[in-house]
Amino acid sequence: MLKTQELTLNMGPQHPSTHGVFRCVLNLDGEYITKVVNHTGYLHRGLEKLAEARTYTQFIPYNGRLDYCSGMMNELAYVMTVEKLMGITEEIPERAQYLRVIMAELQRIASHTIYVASFSLDIAGFTGFMYAFRDRDRALDLIEAASGQRMMPNYMRIGGVAADVDENWFSQLQKLLDDMPASLDEYDGLITGNEIFQARVKNVGIVTREMALDFGFSGPNLRASGVDHDLRRDEPYGIYDRFKFDVPLGEQGDTFDRFVVRIKEMRQSVNIIKQAIKDIPEGPIMAKVPKVIKPPVGEAFHCIENSKGHLGFYIISDGSTKPYRTRIYSPCFVSLGFFPIVAKGQHLMDAVVTLASIDIVLGEVDR
Amino acid sequence: MDKIVDREALVGELNQKLGNCAEIFEDNTNQSIKVKPEKIVEVMKELRDNHKYDFKALMNLSSVDYPDNFTVVYHLNSISYYHKLTVKVELDKAKPEVQSITSVWTAADVQEREAYDLMGIIFTGHPNLKRILLADDWVGHPLRKDFKLQA
Repeated sequence: MLKTQELTLNMGPQHPSTHGVFRCVLNLDGEYITKVVNHTGYLHRGLEKLAEARTYTQFIPYNGRLDYCSGMMNELAYVMTVEKLMGITEEIPERAQYLRVIMAELQRIASHTIYVASFSLDIAGFTGFMYAFRDRDRALDLIEAASGQRMMPNYMRIGGVAADVDENWFSQLQKLLDDMPASLDEYDGLITGNEIFQARVKNVGIVTREMALDFGFSGPNLRASGVDHDLRRDEPYGIYDRFKFDVPLGEQGDTFDRFVVRIKEMRQSVNIIKQAIKDIPEGPIMAKVPKVIKPPVGEAFHCIENSKGHLGFYIISDGSTKPYRTRIYSPCFVSLGFFPIVAKGQHLMDAVVTLASIDIVLGEVDR
Repeated sequence: MDKIVDREALVGELNQKLGNCAEIFEDNTNQSIKVKPEKIVEVMKELRDNHKYDFKALMNLSSVDYPDNFTVVYHLNSISYYHKLTVKVELDKAKPEVQSITSVWTAADVQEREAYDLMGIIFTGHPNLKRILLADDWVGHPLRKDFKLQA
């Protein structure tokens, strides 16, 4: 007599579709998933503990190693928290504020293009991967020209930014901004509008509004489920209240919506950078901060709209040169908790798409 | 700056509805309240479902090793009023136990496991309280102050 046997499949830690060293154990009934167990921690470096043994300034470069696709924004979140703790948020020079916005949005484009690239690759579309990487590298070249490093920039400083950029840099940036809308149309034509792509991703991995809030989704994942919340607009940090931009929303929260929201967000990022280069003033790029940073006793929690969601730092100071406790709230780590619940009952090939759609980076999951 | 909720009214309402369970916690942020560990689930449910406060999102769950207690810190955020609240629970050094709030937010699941793994806080009622970042046979909890860094 014919009978089926349940199969246990180890996906990862060395698997291209897990986007790093993430492992999940899938129980399969035929090709359908009956149970998923997440295993994380392969890339755990103990950054929260390390932070306690470093001074505030020394910890800045470690932030690039969190989510290595959006180094600028991680550093921004960290330095803004320390500034909040020191009470010098208002003293950051104008030019530094604009440079921070430009770099953060540039990094968002770089991060979302890698999302488009890897998503496309996960459903076996290699051309989409190459197209997106072409544009990503141009953004990274600009980040490298400003900071000296492509992925771990170490550019933000407590009180400002590390280096100024010149006219030539702005003209390169302008070229990228001019080309970007056409590139995004190209992604839309090649990937978003593709019939095979839509057949693979529509109505897969649906996360409703209530589920998204319950899972602790934030950023583009939350907006794909139709929750209209963007920290840049609703609780503006830095100088984001000066820019006009739309917050794209998804309709039903499936993987297709999560993909489309990110492409639309890149258009808005281009829009924000354009406004920023128009208004950027000349002037200093560093506030007058003490050489030795000793925030007063107290604590601060600050969240920014990272490319993956709300990246938050919770820093407690005991008045010395080193933090008493640094907590890194990682959006990827928390969103990943949705996978065992949503993937249950899915087809194996849909699970890969579902996992790819929330854009995890293991450097940040494991810290 | 962060929009801060009226703590006195909030604490008053919590105490009235759920018995004596919360008080204002003074720190530099002016947005913290302290809650008794045995009441944390009820308080969180109330904060989430009460339309006056509408804290739909758990922003952050962390734990701190202070010299005389362990503190579990919950940062809440409202996505309709955009105000913030920090809920703190102080736990005994010898027996750091608090009720799990996974029944209120699924998002707390992995974060509580992390706090257990790295700080050694026991979350009673958690469905799967196992190490999440470190190896299963790891000894100790690295984020405690008595755990020494070594290369």
